[in-house]
Amino acid sequence: MILKNKARIVTDQQPHINVEAVLTESERAALHDFMHHYPDPRAASLDSLKHVQKRNGWVDDAQVNAIAQVLGISIPDVEGVATFYNRIYRQPVGRHVILLCDSIACFLMGNESLADVFKKQLGIQYGQTTPDGRFTLLPICCLGNCDKAPSLMIDEDTYGLVSRAQVAEVLEQYL
Amino acid sequence: MTSENKPDNKDLPEGSAVSVVAGVAIAKAEEKAAIEAAAKAAKIEAAKIPKTEPTPIHGNGTAETHPLTWRLKHHQQVLSIDTYESLEGYEGLKKALKMTPAEVQGIVKDAVLRGRGGAGFPAGIKWSLIPMNKEGSPDVGPKYLVCNADEMEPGTFKDRLLMEKLPHQLVEAMILVSYAIGAQTGYIFLRGEYVLAAKNLNSAIYQAKAKGYLGENILDSGHNFDLHVHTGAGRYICGEETALINSLEGRRANPRTKPPFPQISGAWGKPTIVNNVETLCNVPAIIVRGATWFKGLSNGRSGDAGTKIYGASGKVKFPGLWELPIGTSAREILALAGGMQDGLELKCWLPGGASTDFLMPEHLDLAMDFDTIGKAGSRMGTGLLMVVDQTQNIVSAVRNLEEFFARESCGWCTPCRDGLPWAVKLLKGLEQGEGKAEDIDVLLQLTRFLGPGKTFCAHAPGAMEPLQSALKFFRSEFEAGVRATKVDAINHISVIQA
Repeated sequence: MILKNKARIVTDQQPHINVEAVLTESERAALHDFMHHYPDPRAASLDSLKHVQKRNGWVDDAQVNAIAQVLGISIPDVEGVATFYNRIYRQPVGRHVILLCDSIACFLMGNESLADVFKKQLGIQYGQTTPDGRFTLLPICCLGNCDKAPSLMIDEDTYGLVSRAQVAEVLEQYL
Repeated sequence: MTSENKPDNKDLPEGSAVSVVAGVAIAKAEEKAAIEAAAKAAKIEAAKIPKTEPTPIHGNGTAETHPLTWRLKHHQQVLSIDTYESLEGYEGLKKALKMTPAEVQGIVKDAVLRGRGGAGFPAGIKWSLIPMNKEGSPDVGPKYLVCNADEMEPGTFKDRLLMEKLPHQLVEAMILVSYAIGAQTGYIFLRGEYVLAAKNLNSAIYQAKAKGYLGENILDSGHNFDLHVHTGAGRYICGEETALINSLEGRRANPRTKPPFPQISGAWGKPTIVNNVETLCNVPAIIVRGATWFKGLSNGRSGDAGTKIYGASGKVKFPGLWELPIGTSAREILALAGGMQDGLELKCWLPGGASTDFLMPEHLDLAMDFDTIGKAGSRMGTGLLMVVDQTQNIVSAVRNLEEFFARESCGWCTPCRDGLPWAVKLLKGLEQGEGKAEDIDVLLQLTRFLGPGKTFCAHAPGAMEPLQSALKFFRSEFEAGVRATKVDAINHISVIQA
């Protein structure tokens, strides 16, 4: 395919990364597996970033470069995807990421006062990580859980109908 | 919230890998483990979200009256392929494979199935734009079928239910539609936050493969179809058809120019059909029961055909979802939701998501269909009502909406990228009583500058809909946020003294 060839030419001019040193064998295998789902390897970039992110919770420069090399596409292409999507983190985050829904349905059910409780108990604002590296607090658009608003996600767990009094109980489950 | 509500998954054990005949087809140990983990996680997940559905979504429905949800009447969720098959599952697909693709398209066109993602474009007409060869069967060559499962419209939670509880219905629909348009590859573009939906869909795909519904030469029809779940990583704009295609290709989710339309040149430059989850889920029933039956479902309430999953959120007594004949009035939907919470009155409502115009209590009796709500000055959108009570300051609500749109702008075109944060700034000023007299005029100006035709896609025009209608209906609340300047005060005094 023409697209692939173009991408390959760019890669030849990129700094060579020792992929083996950055990605584990199973990560590399997963990346190759993702590529088989699409007619063009570039399409696997988001899957790859999400997979690699599982290890440390975020994606560093070396990992971005290694993904580019495995997929055979340019580093800026991978970086462009990594910086566009809000669920790919390019800087360190806490062990658990709290995503508070702040869209209109949750807003009408009092998400702003709920967010205040989170901010107070964790001692951080949106976009920050607690000093002990336990939690990062982020807003997120509608979680599609509006009948149980206010709603939030911690890591891969969804919570609905969260009251201000339950915040401490919810946080205790994540060490 | 976490422990008091045990999940009622009586169907779950069947849904795990245990029921899949061992040794059939692609039995990878890894995949099996993933399905078992999915079933386990489903239990944990369900426990975390308490149920608040006093009125069941399917009512007293049957397959005749509630094509999308009647199976839930018999089981809380249908995750195993055997259960699904016992409830007319894969019947539509079997019937369709005996027809020609053109015939299948014809039935859906006759049924006037309008897109349930918000725009209401007839699905049959969309499919007919796919290039076909002279024999009326789809052209040879790569084509793609993409399911838009990137449900992120604020206030919308219908596709989540369809995918989490009835994953096979969507899988069957996609196989059926792939046959009608001649697509060999399909993707379910699912938002990353729908973890349970992803697990249930992957499990459904695995089971369908084992039974020969997916893969090569499906049920000896000669049709091949491969289906993948593609999960996203955020960004509301991915729900826009062309942005979704860019995202699928591994690019930034900026919208593309139309034309060329995706039906001619979509994913990887090939003909591509993008349909919403609910739209697709209607197709198997249409094939089984026919176009006339589907058109009759609305019972003369509306010119549109079929049923629609309606819902209500906000401060109603029982927020939830209901499958109802299309054209049901908002008042009936609110009645199912138990009405407003005690002591609250309805101030205004959004008919179908954040990007629709506010409507007033006097609009409650209008039929909830694309044309009627359109004529009232709004859009039906996704058809999930969001009610605002009289204690809610409308300026704050609109500020919240515009903050959402400003944050989710992809930044591709200037009016959207710069205009939306400007609107947020003005609204914040008015909210805190520090607005200037001209701010309201600037907001009105923005509704024109960011309106239809001024931007690359429908994101900014959608953002302007709640703003313009709020300014229309509740202008005095915006004016209350204007702090009198010295000049204003002097003018005011001079008027009194004159």
